[in-house]
Amino acid sequence: MIEMILGIAAVLIVVILLLIFRIHSLVSIMRGSYQKTVGMSNRVNGFLLLAVFILGLIGFAWITIHSSQYHLPEASSIHGKKTDLMFWVTMAILCFAFIVTNIFLFFFSWKYQYEEGRKAYFYPENHRLEVIWTVIPAIVMAILVFYGWKEWSEITQQEPKGSEVIEVMGKQFAWQVRYPGADNKLGTYNFKNIDASNEFGIELADSASYDDFIPQQLHMPVGKPVLLRIRARDVLHSVYMPHFRVKMDAVPGMPTKFWFTPTKTTMQMRDELGNPEFNYELACAEICGTGHYAMRFIIVVDELDEYEKWKKEQKTYVASNLDYVMANRKVIKGLLPASPAPPDTAKVVAAKMDSDTASVIQAKPDKPKPKRR
Amino acid sequence: MSTVHTDTHSQEALDAHIYAHDHEFDLDHDAHDHELPWIRQYIFSEDHKVIAKQYLFTGILWAIIGGAMSIIFRLQLGFPGHDMSWLKPILGGWVEGGQMHQEFYLALVTMHGTIMVFFVLTAGLSGTFSNFLIPLQVGARDMASGFLNMLSYWFFFVSSLIMFISIFLSTGPASGGWTIYPPLSALPQAMPGSGLGMDMWLISMALFIVSLLLGGINYITTIINLRTVGMSFLRMPLTIWAFMLTAILGLLSFPVLFSAALLLIFDRHFGTSFYLDSIYINGEALAHEGGSPILFQHLFWFLGHPEVYIVLLPALGITSEIIATNSRKPIFGYKAMIGSLLAIALLSFIVWAHHMFITGMNPFLGSIFMFLTLIIAVPSAVKAFNYITTLWRGNLIFTPAMLFSIGLVSFFISGGLTGIILGNSAADIQLHDTYFVVAHFHIVMGSASFFGMLAGVYHWFPKMFGRMMDDKLGYIHFWLTFIGVYLVFFPLHYIGIAGFPRRYYSFTNFDAFKSFADMNMFVSIAAMITFVAQFIFLFNFFYSIFKGRRASANPWKSNTLEWTAPLHPGHGNWPGEIPHVYRWPYDYSKPGHHDDFIPQNVPLSQTKESNLPHENESMLIDEAHLINAK
Repeated sequence: MIEMILGIAAVLIVVILLLIFRIHSLVSIMRGSYQKTVGMSNRVNGFLLLAVFILGLIGFAWITIHSSQYHLPEASSIHGKKTDLMFWVTMAILCFAFIVTNIFLFFFSWKYQYEEGRKAYFYPENHRLEVIWTVIPAIVMAILVFYGWKEWSEITQQEPKGSEVIEVMGKQFAWQVRYPGADNKLGTYNFKNIDASNEFGIELADSASYDDFIPQQLHMPVGKPVLLRIRARDVLHSVYMPHFRVKMDAVPGMPTKFWFTPTKTTMQMRDELGNPEFNYELACAEICGTGHYAMRFIIVVDELDEYEKWKKEQKTYVASNLDYVMANRKVIKGLLPASPAPPDTAKVVAAKMDSDTASVIQAKPDKPKPKRR
Repeated sequence: MSTVHTDTHSQEALDAHIYAHDHEFDLDHDAHDHELPWIRQYIFSEDHKVIAKQYLFTGILWAIIGGAMSIIFRLQLGFPGHDMSWLKPILGGWVEGGQMHQEFYLALVTMHGTIMVFFVLTAGLSGTFSNFLIPLQVGARDMASGFLNMLSYWFFFVSSLIMFISIFLSTGPASGGWTIYPPLSALPQAMPGSGLGMDMWLISMALFIVSLLLGGINYITTIINLRTVGMSFLRMPLTIWAFMLTAILGLLSFPVLFSAALLLIFDRHFGTSFYLDSIYINGEALAHEGGSPILFQHLFWFLGHPEVYIVLLPALGITSEIIATNSRKPIFGYKAMIGSLLAIALLSFIVWAHHMFITGMNPFLGSIFMFLTLIIAVPSAVKAFNYITTLWRGNLIFTPAMLFSIGLVSFFISGGLTGIILGNSAADIQLHDTYFVVAHFHIVMGSASFFGMLAGVYHWFPKMFGRMMDDKLGYIHFWLTFIGVYLVFFPLHYIGIAGFPRRYYSFTNFDAFKSFADMNMFVSIAAMITFVAQFIFLFNFFYSIFKGRRASANPWKSNTLEWTAPLHPGHGNWPGEIPHVYRWPYDYSKPGHHDDFIPQNVPLSQTKESNLPHENESMLIDEAHLINAK
C-alpha cells in the first residue's frame, strides 16, 4: 500500500515538474526573454560559482578534520613513518595548489561575468607568464621526484643481513605463512606437490623443510627487520598490511618480497589506542575472486624474547603431518620403518627421518639448494 | 602582444589544400540525399553527422546502464546488510536472501568500469564529437572514408551487443575488474565470471578495438588531408588538435590491448602459457608453466595509460573551444595549449608502469616511471593555468556548456593533483588499490571527461538537431551534478587515506576498515542524487530534439566553421562551396573590430581595422594565392 502511495506521489511530482517546465518555457517565449544573449541567470550562476566554492572550502575543512578520527594509527614501521610524512608534506603542497588555483578559477568566473557593453580583453598569449608556470611546476616536481626516489630506494634496497624471513602465500581465499624454523632456511617447494595436507607444495625430500612451521597467525619481532617472501598459488593477491604501510603483490610463478622493520608490538598498540581488542591485520589488495574482501589474517608483533619463545613452541610441519609426510616421500618409501611411532617434538622427528633415510637424503647435497621459484 | 600565428602563412600550407574534393561534391547534395533509401540515411549511414548521433545515442544508453550499475553497488557499500529483495525484479538470482551475491558485486564493478571507460568515455565521447566536429570544423564534406566510418560504428554496435548479452549469462559477465588481470581472468575455475562472460568480454573488446581503429584512421586522414583552403595546422581549433592526438594515441596503443586479449584467449582455450605459471587451483596443479602475469599488466597498461588520455584529451579540446567562445576571449596561449597536448600525448606512452609499482616489478624501473610520471604534471599544469587565464578579464556567458567546462577545469585540477602523489612510488605503496586511487581517477578521468561530453552536447546540440536545449534545466542539471560529483568522490579520498582497499564487497571483516560507515552511506546517497539528476538532462535532451526552441545559425556567436553551415546541414555539409579560412579560430573581442567575434571564414581584407601587423602581411599572401588558384 505504502509503495503504491509513494509510486503515485512520485508520478505526480514528475507530472507537476513537467507542467512547471512547460509553463515556464511558454512564459519565456511570451516575454521574449530568450532573445537576450544573457539574462538574469548569468548573474545567478556567477554568484553560485563563487558561493558554492566558498561552501566547498568550508566542507573541505570540515571533512578533513572530521575524518582524521578514522585515519589509521601512526605507522608501526620505520619506513611507514617516513612515507606518511612524505604523504602529508606532499599533500600540503598539493592542497596549497588546489586551493589557490580553484580560488582563481571561481573568483575569475564570478568577477568577469558578462556585462552589457563591456568587451573582453584580447590577450592571446604572454610568453613570460607561460615560462613561469612551466618552470615552477617543473621545479616542484623535480623536488618531489627526488624526495620520492630517495624513500623508494631506501625501502626497496636489499634487506639487511639477519632479517627474519617469513613466507606469505596467498590463495583463494586465505593467507598462509611459513617460517623457516631453527635452521633459518625455508624448504624448497613446487606447486605440483600441493594438496590438502601440503598447502605450500613443500618438497618433502628437502631437509631444510623439516623444521619449517606453518602457524595460524603471523608473528613478527619488534625492532628487527622482517623479510616477507611473497607468493601466490592460484591467482594474483596482494599482501596489504595497512598498519605497517606494506603492500606487495603476490604473483603465481614469480615470488616477490618486501622487507620492513616493525616498531610497535601488538600490546603497545593496544595500550596506545586503549583498545584491548586491537590486532594488526593482513588483507588482500588485489582482486582475486569472490572472497577477496574476506582474506583476513592476524598479525602479532612480539617483543624479541617472546617471539623467540613463540617460535620454539611451534610444531613443525613435519611433526604435525607425520603420516602424510611418511606416505608421500615417494623416493624413500621403502626405507621407512614399518611402524613409526609419532614422537613429540619436531627435532626428534627430523633427526629420526634423517637417520632413517640417511642414504637417500645425505646423497642430496645440502648446498647449493635448487633455486627457489 | 606579440605574434599569434606567424608561421601559419606559408604558401605550402595553402597549397596543400584540396580543391578536387571540393568540386567532386559540388553536385546538389539535397537531391542526392533523397535518392538514398531510408535505411542508408539513418541506419547504415555514411554521413558523419548521422554516425556521430548514433555514437551519441549508444553512448547515452551505455552511460545509463553503467551509472545504474554503480548505484546498485553503492547500495551495497553504503547500506551493508540492507535487504535488497526489492531489487529482485531487476537482479533476479543475483539477490538471494535479501543479499547481493559477492560475485555479482564484482561483476557490477567490472562492468561499470569497462562500460564507462570504453563504451561511454571512449566511443561515446570521441566517437560522437570526432565524427561530428572534424569534417565541420576543418571544412570537409565528410570523413575521408564514409564507408569505413560506417563500419566503425557498426563494429562498435556489435561489440556493445555482445557485452550487453554477457550481462545476462547465468555465470555472470566478466568479473575480474576492468583490468582483467590474469590468472583470475584466464581460469574459468577461478570465479564464475571468468567463464563465458570473460570470453564475451574479450570478443567484444576485440571488435571494439577494430571499431576504434577504423574510426581513428579516418579522423587522422580527414584532418591531415581534407582541411579546407587556409585551414593550416596552426589555424585548427583546439578541438581538432585534441581529436587528432586522441586518434593517434588510440591507433598506437589499442592494438597492444588487442594482442594482450588475443594471448589471453590463447591461454584460456588453446593451452598456451603466456600469462600463466605454477598454478594450483581447485585441487589441481595446472600444466601451464613459464608465463608471466606481469607481462599482461605491461601490455594492458601500455594501452591503459594512453587510454586515460584518449578519454581526457577530447574533453580538454571541447572545453578549450567552449571556454574561449563563452569568455569572448581567445584561448590563452594557443600554441602552448597545442604544445602541452603534444607533450601529454607523447608522455602518456612512457608512464604506464606507474600502475605497477608494487607488482614485484624491478624497483629501479619503478624509479624511472615515477620520474616520467611526474613530468606529465608540467604540461597538465600549463593547461590548467591557461584555462584560468582565459577567464581572466573575459566577458563570461554562463551557458550550461560553459558551466560544465568550468566544472571540468576544477576536476582536472583536483584530480590531477592527487595524481602527483599516486605517481610517487613510495607513497603509492600505501595508497595503491585503495579508495584514494578510486577518488583520483573518478575525478580526473571519469568526471572531467564526462563533463567534457556533457559540455559538448549542450554546446553543439543546436548544430546537431537545429534546436536549443533548455538552459534553465541545464543549470539545474549542472549544479546538481557538479556538487554531486564532489560530494561523491571527495570523501573517497579520506576513505582511501584510512586505507580502505578497492573492490571490497563489504568492510565488516576487518577491524581496520570498520569505520567510516557514515561516510560510505553519505557517498551512496550523493551518488543516487547525482544519478537521478542525469534524468533532467535526458528529459531536456530528448524533449529538445523534438520540441526545443529553434536555433539560430550561430547561437553562441562562435568563430569556428561548423556555424557557417546551414542549420540542418545536408550530406556534404555546405550547400555551395566550402568556406575558406583566413584566420585562427580565436578572434574574440579583437580590438578595433565592431563585434566581439570574427568567424574564421571572414577574410582579413574585411577586417582591416582590427588586423594585427602580421595579419596584414598574410592577407597579401592569401590574396595572391587566390588569384593563382583561379
